[in-house]
Amino acid sequence: MVFEVLAYDFMQRALLSGATIAVLCSVVGIFLVLRRFSLFGDALAHSSFGGVALGLLMGLYPLWMAYVISIISAVLITRIREKYDVSGDAAIAVLLSSGIAVGLVIIGLSGGFSVDIFSFLFGSILLVSVDDTILILAMTGAILLVILALFRQILYTTFDEKQAKVSGIRVERITYLLVFMAGLTVVTAIQLVGVLLISALFVIPNVTAMMLGRGFQGTVILSIGISVSTVISGIFLSYVLNIAPAGSIVVLAICVLGATMAAKSAGLLARR
Amino acid sequence: MPRPIEVSNLSVGYAGVQALENVSFGVDQGEFLGIIGPNGAGKSTLFACMLGLNTQYTGTVRVFGQNIHRSKGPLKKIGYVPQMMHFERNFPVTVREVIQLGMWHGVQEERVDEVMRELWIHELADRRIGELSGGQQQRVFIAKAMVNDPKMLILDEPVTGVDQASMSLFYGILKDLNSNHGITIMWSSHDLDAIKMMSSHVACLNRTLYFHGAAKEFFADEKLAQIMCQCTDPSECMEHNPGIAEPPPIRNEAS
Repeated sequence: MVFEVLAYDFMQRALLSGATIAVLCSVVGIFLVLRRFSLFGDALAHSSFGGVALGLLMGLYPLWMAYVISIISAVLITRIREKYDVSGDAAIAVLLSSGIAVGLVIIGLSGGFSVDIFSFLFGSILLVSVDDTILILAMTGAILLVILALFRQILYTTFDEKQAKVSGIRVERITYLLVFMAGLTVVTAIQLVGVLLISALFVIPNVTAMMLGRGFQGTVILSIGISVSTVISGIFLSYVLNIAPAGSIVVLAICVLGATMAAKSAGLLARR
Repeated sequence: MPRPIEVSNLSVGYAGVQALENVSFGVDQGEFLGIIGPNGAGKSTLFACMLGLNTQYTGTVRVFGQNIHRSKGPLKKIGYVPQMMHFERNFPVTVREVIQLGMWHGVQEERVDEVMRELWIHELADRRIGELSGGQQQRVFIAKAMVNDPKMLILDEPVTGVDQASMSLFYGILKDLNSNHGITIMWSSHDLDAIKMMSSHVACLNRTLYFHGAAKEFFADEKLAQIMCQCTDPSECMEHNPGIAEPPPIRNEAS
């Protein structure tokens, strides 16, 4: 059965793209979760929905416009927090609703699009093309290389901005770089789980791994493991049960989190 | 060799409030300077200026002879320990990883183990920082500050929230760093007894500098010392304490 499924090109692309996105979301997501920016991915995804609609209206490839709007939104949220002393969750809430609202207005004004807008809302990993797969691999490679090169600075800034600043780290630049990469990651991941479930990939594997891991690198590796395995299992499950992959992936991730919580409460898990 | 710290006519104001006014003093190599003053006296603002975190001031702050406004280079000679930090309890970093965060480029990995042994935290190396007690965490942050072999340590109310037993160990470590390793220390605390016990010099700050000199001289009049440290307006407090005849000794060794 497994080999039969793997013989399909679309399935190979889905699994490769899905696993790659899972790695990317885990790595970028852990910094967002630790900065109490868990809903940041959601806000960017919602605002990029407006970008998708705008792209369709302008006759451009929707994801390119989504990238532009997502990055602008990421920088905007950070700027609003810094300049106007608005709390992070309030800034996120404003952009979260405005993205969807703008998208709906554009769709309404254009009289609807022939493209299936639901594929952006709920993902369409089984439909990724070869070009999409290459884009996902390239984007993931580039973002992970930047994180690897600036790992200490990003971690230090996440742990304690003030001390990082005293050590000569340009904290503001690192913060903007991180939100810029989050903006790119969100749009890259939209194809896997869609706008509505994106934050699940950022948050759930990392929260689970933080209950189990000890050191930072160990926690990241655990999170990647959980994320990749739930994405791959979720894609297989969706094929077998003929259901949406986004749903099965997120439900599986929640099951792993629930099982971890239960095992921890029962004292079955000691932290490694 | 230039003095570790040289502050001249430092004034800081924001949102219509004068946080520091015309503060001038210096710290010599090997000195153990305690900064005292009530809440809102400007102690943290003073540290922020010295560490290059606050650049909105008038006056001059020199660190190891260099104007900190122009060059952040001398900060490499300073280790900084902030007030008890409030980080995510589940933050997945071990003690070793926290100390590694503080390492400058070129510092050898063995130094991490060395500094952990010096501060009695080597057995905690693989524990998560959030699992430790307040006193243990503060020792980790001293270790992080010490990993680069700084010439000076700045500690901003380092024992806030630390239990009594850990405090004694903590003070012992500070004393050892100063006496046996020649590290210049500047620290702030509300604990007058600790300042008296530990510091060779005292600076009393309450927006402006009320006293800077030898600790012995400052604590010669205990009641005066208490008033200076606890009153929001020391001059007014003096008027309501007729037992003290003399006005506050506004003097400064640097001026």
